[in-house]
Amino acid sequence: MVLSTLEELSLATDVLVVGGGMAGAWAATSAAEAGAKVVLVDKGYCGTSGVTAAAGPGHWWVPPDPPAARDAAVANRVTSGLGLGEADWMYRVLDQTWRTLPTLARHYKFGVDDEGRVNYRAVRGPEYMRALRQQVLSHGVTILDHSPVLELLARSDGSIGGVRGQRRQDGGRAYRIEAGAVVLAAGGTSFLSHLLGSRTNTGDGYLMAAEAGAEMSGMEFTAAYTIAPAHSTMTRSMAYSFATYYDADGRELDIPFGPDQTIRLARALQRGPVYCSLHRLPDDIKARMHTISPNVPLVFDRWGIDPYRDRFEVTLHNDGTIRGIGGVRVHDVDGRTSVPGLFVAGDNASREKVAGAISGGGNVNSAWALSSGVFAGRAAARLARSAKRSGGRLRPLGRVGREPRRVAKTVDLAALRDGVRAEMHPFEKSLFRTGQGLAVSARVLEEFWTELADHADTGTIASRETAALLATARWSVATAAARKESRGLHRREDFPSRDSGLAVRLLSGGLDQIWVAADGAPVDAKSGQLEAAS
Amino acid sequence: MIELIVADRCTDCGTCVEVCPANVLDAGQGGLPILARVEDCQTCFMCELYCRADAIYVAPDCDRRVTVDETEVMASGRLGQYRKHSGWDEWWDRFPNEQWLMETVFRRAGEAAAQAKVTSADVIRTK
Repeated sequence: MVLSTLEELSLATDVLVVGGGMAGAWAATSAAEAGAKVVLVDKGYCGTSGVTAAAGPGHWWVPPDPPAARDAAVANRVTSGLGLGEADWMYRVLDQTWRTLPTLARHYKFGVDDEGRVNYRAVRGPEYMRALRQQVLSHGVTILDHSPVLELLARSDGSIGGVRGQRRQDGGRAYRIEAGAVVLAAGGTSFLSHLLGSRTNTGDGYLMAAEAGAEMSGMEFTAAYTIAPAHSTMTRSMAYSFATYYDADGRELDIPFGPDQTIRLARALQRGPVYCSLHRLPDDIKARMHTISPNVPLVFDRWGIDPYRDRFEVTLHNDGTIRGIGGVRVHDVDGRTSVPGLFVAGDNASREKVAGAISGGGNVNSAWALSSGVFAGRAAARLARSAKRSGGRLRPLGRVGREPRRVAKTVDLAALRDGVRAEMHPFEKSLFRTGQGLAVSARVLEEFWTELADHADTGTIASRETAALLATARWSVATAAARKESRGLHRREDFPSRDSGLAVRLLSGGLDQIWVAADGAPVDAKSGQLEAAS
Repeated sequence: MIELIVADRCTDCGTCVEVCPANVLDAGQGGLPILARVEDCQTCFMCELYCRADAIYVAPDCDRRVTVDETEVMASGRLGQYRKHSGWDEWWDRFPNEQWLMETVFRRAGEAAAQAKVTSADVIRTK
């Protein structure tokens, strides 16, 4: 990119929110409601960017009455979370989601079911994100679209006091924002798979948090995959709950709807192409498909496929940390990190405490994005109000992809990104892991990292994205190698069972030197007993 | 990936350039937006949804460019189809948002799967 000759844009605010998806939009709203001056910056366009915008999130939603319903929902999730979830966090997320979501009714027309009841839980992504943008603007928040953040800025005491970035639709003009507190809501990453809406989710928030000294948690849980028609991004899976699958010879495959579906599908795809028919979808749903999920029929229609009669080829796209769980370790439900002044929300934060070791799917993840945004926005506003601004110089924290350690030379960023894909997407490397395979991946990714860290000097959006992808892949692989068992989304072919000694969250971090460590003592003494009893 | 902006329909309002989350388009010099970085297109169809002139066509293919015939696309009725079925703008009173049915579908699928399991278990037992 040609360096802009425009003067740097300089702003100051109480709370700065990085990312304009679900979590960022809710964070900006709640910070503004708490009386803070708020700026929200988005790499793309707040309203269309991020994985919610093109999807249809259902929220984890249990009314408070009768109380036994929430107790049951939480108890189920604690059990299915295999020792990594925490009931207290789940109650808080459920309650905040239930309270907050209906407040969007000014901007979003919630659906009314066939019995005339308003449904707040399931919303349509494009309308939801459009409504959230309107809500954010109605609170007087300043939005900078197409303004990726390139690095965080720290005060002399190490606390976070702003960001620096580039306005890509304004001639690449540099910007700098000073803030009392920063909320990172920059999403997770699918490692550039074709998961719908995830192209700009390159893990930038993870890299920036790590550069500031924060830790990651749960990075081994990146083995989530979602079905899509081959060669398409349409990873909306509702209709596939009634799918019938066939191999290349037309033989029906034994892939029933249920928790093993992804694994069975992946095994079948390793043997050859897999075809699918949606003829078993009930007729009343077929007739309403275009008003339930209007983007799903686009793909079939444009390819001239009748999915209810024809068989079409399917594939699985890797969801990385998006339908997986890992992210920046949060110290409390308010999204505090180990770095003062830095909060995280949504996919940018680790969701183990609400999702456990299994995928948060659409609904727990959405409830988490909403409620963690609300909590973090409020807490950041409180901090910004009480914090004394030093007024001193702010130190830029960005390193890899910005300043070469050795001699600067041209780095083939596209090749490095393809390299990340090649280590993170294949089933035999990410879904059916082995110690040996993970060691090979670690070495390959290490070489890429060294190449980028030694020689990239451009500090462009692309070089920073590539650094974020590489850093995230390296934490994921290192943590997967350290977890010598199979638990939830993390499967080791060489350690197929669960090890009760490993019922603990794994932290990771570091840039040039990756480290992995257990997060305190095992948390799962109780659920271990539960399993033994059942 | 985005493959076509129909010149006859485009009003040059700039919305697609603004809303594309992947920054695929550039504003044209007093004319059509330019498909500047199609390789960055994430095939999310959001540009179509926001195009009130129904001038944009996104091919479903995400890993290869395809040739699109403008006359064919114009005749197909697919331009504006997403906006229409989503009940946006002038379509608001004819196409309701039925996203809430999603959970019903999953519930019914779960019930059907459980039923199928019971049935096959019965078959095994009676054999």
